[in-house]
Amino acid sequence: MELTVGPNQFFWDAAQWQDFYARVADEAPVDRVVLGELICSKRLPFYQTHIPEAAERLVAAGKRVAITTLALVTLKRERNLTAELVDMGLEVEVNDLSALAHLPQGAGFSVGPLVNVYNEGTLRWLVKRGAARICLPPELPLASIETLAAASAAPVEVWGWGRLPLAISGRCYHARLHDRAKDNCQFVCAEDPDGRAVDTLDGQEFLAVNGVQTLSGSCANLSPQLPGFRRAGVAGLRLSPQSQGFVQVCGLFRDLIDGRIDAEALSATARPLAPGASYCDGFPTGKAGVAWSGAV
Amino acid sequence: MMELICPAGTPAALHAAVKAGAHAVYCGFADETNARNFPGLNFSRDELSASIAFAHASGAKVLVAINTFPRAGAESLWHQAVADAETAGADAVILADIGLLAHAAEHHPDLRRHLSVQAAAANPDMINFYATAFGVRRVVLPRVLTIAEIAAINREIDVETEVFVFGGLCVMAEGRCSLSSYITGRSPNMNGVCSPPSHVDYATEDGELAAKLGGYTIHRNAKDAPAPYPTLCKGCFSSADKTGYVFEDPTSLDATELLPALAKAGVTALKIEGRQRSRSYVAQVVRSFRAAVDAVEAGRPVPPGTLARLTEGQSATAGAYRKTWR
Repeated sequence: MELTVGPNQFFWDAAQWQDFYARVADEAPVDRVVLGELICSKRLPFYQTHIPEAAERLVAAGKRVAITTLALVTLKRERNLTAELVDMGLEVEVNDLSALAHLPQGAGFSVGPLVNVYNEGTLRWLVKRGAARICLPPELPLASIETLAAASAAPVEVWGWGRLPLAISGRCYHARLHDRAKDNCQFVCAEDPDGRAVDTLDGQEFLAVNGVQTLSGSCANLSPQLPGFRRAGVAGLRLSPQSQGFVQVCGLFRDLIDGRIDAEALSATARPLAPGASYCDGFPTGKAGVAWSGAV
Repeated sequence: MMELICPAGTPAALHAAVKAGAHAVYCGFADETNARNFPGLNFSRDELSASIAFAHASGAKVLVAINTFPRAGAESLWHQAVADAETAGADAVILADIGLLAHAAEHHPDLRRHLSVQAAAANPDMINFYATAFGVRRVVLPRVLTIAEIAAINREIDVETEVFVFGGLCVMAEGRCSLSSYITGRSPNMNGVCSPPSHVDYATEDGELAAKLGGYTIHRNAKDAPAPYPTLCKGCFSSADKTGYVFEDPTSLDATELLPALAKAGVTALKIEGRQRSRSYVAQVVRSFRAAVDAVEAGRPVPPGTLARLTEGQSATAGAYRKTWR
């Protein structure tokens, strides 16, 4: 079972971004790292020039590196950005299918969790087109994961840790919360390095917003589902970056996979590090995604 | 003339839409293959055949939405739906899933394929990809684009575009939203439902009516005020010092006034949301939009809107078509 660090979903300043990936390279016991901007093309100029250096350091540390596309490509500038990714010399993680228009036939790529791979037909089509690895959408139940992993010639990865990417929009909710429009956002999403909590009027933890993205309010922690994932033949777990304690989270998942600790110990130790007040792992069990199997 | 594509959740609604002037009607089978999989709604195989015969006799087309994402291990249910739509004489199928598109292109090459809004094809590269790879002839655009962007897209593609002009408004890119399954376990992509009634309940608390979804409070209203349906993304929530409609107000789309601009942007077809609506609602909306489309075609001004009271919460927005919505 491999560990993949997914693309950072949040907006951090360049220094924090550099420091984060330097630490992942030097200290995190992970196999793959996906760099790049997933959520908002307006953020990219703030750290774009540091990507090659981070990639180099990660590769030197023995990690495989990929670069993500945006989750939602609409503007001409974003289409050009997507086309340019192909020339970076890194594996491209496709999170918006328009990238396939730029990837030459035969070129390998990986498929991210924001591409709708729900069934064998889609999976086979993508593998035939060159998909060398597929991270499945987080909402899939274990029965689907089993069927897909069995049908896949490429390694299949699932969500392991972090606030879940639930939706993407044309509208920026961060800007809206500040009574601004997206074009005049003044980068307010930077104020919330792990997303901004959105609770119900009764104070229940609910969702979190991150620019044009909506995330789960609670932190997905799929460690209790590891035995099922293993039985299904899942090849990797995806850990999603957070601003604090991420290297420690990676270490805990490595310990879990190697059998040094169990899911209960991981969950207890990682609790203070989790963004949001609670855990969830409902999706693979076929329940509401927000459900937590460790709840007493 | 721009084509008016109208919703039908039942054969009666289909008849009403055709009689009210629909150029085409879209509908789905009564199962998880379509994105409006509500109890008591949608068509049996026999109903579809009879309805298509009626529509064709009246000069209207029928498009069959098979636009959820097939469940792993159960694709044959979706494959059968495509085959049955062709047998029934459907003018096109509306699909979202890559695997299903590939299947339809291979096994039903003569059946016209439209790309569902659930595929969220939001730029020319993506649309051209679907056109090239699967022979898609028309794409229903996601509700994240401005009119200027739609015009730009139409300049770079060879297939037709269809846009939503009235009814329920998704604020997220369609087909890429798991909010409903996060809270209820049931999603548009997998089950064809969003914020399903089976998970709604209302409670009177402190003199207020709380509308809840999966146990989460989506709205609170004074007990005798009209309570909007608790659609997840249109609820009232709090975030730090702010309380309000974080994602979208309880509103719905009305782009009547934008029809001339959409025509100029090169849009082929206009879509009305609402397969879950009654036939009288459908008849009224279709009649009004047909008059508007005829007016645009004749170069006359669009008749003033008469549909305000039919919109959700009696409030309407032009949504993403205006850039300030973002």
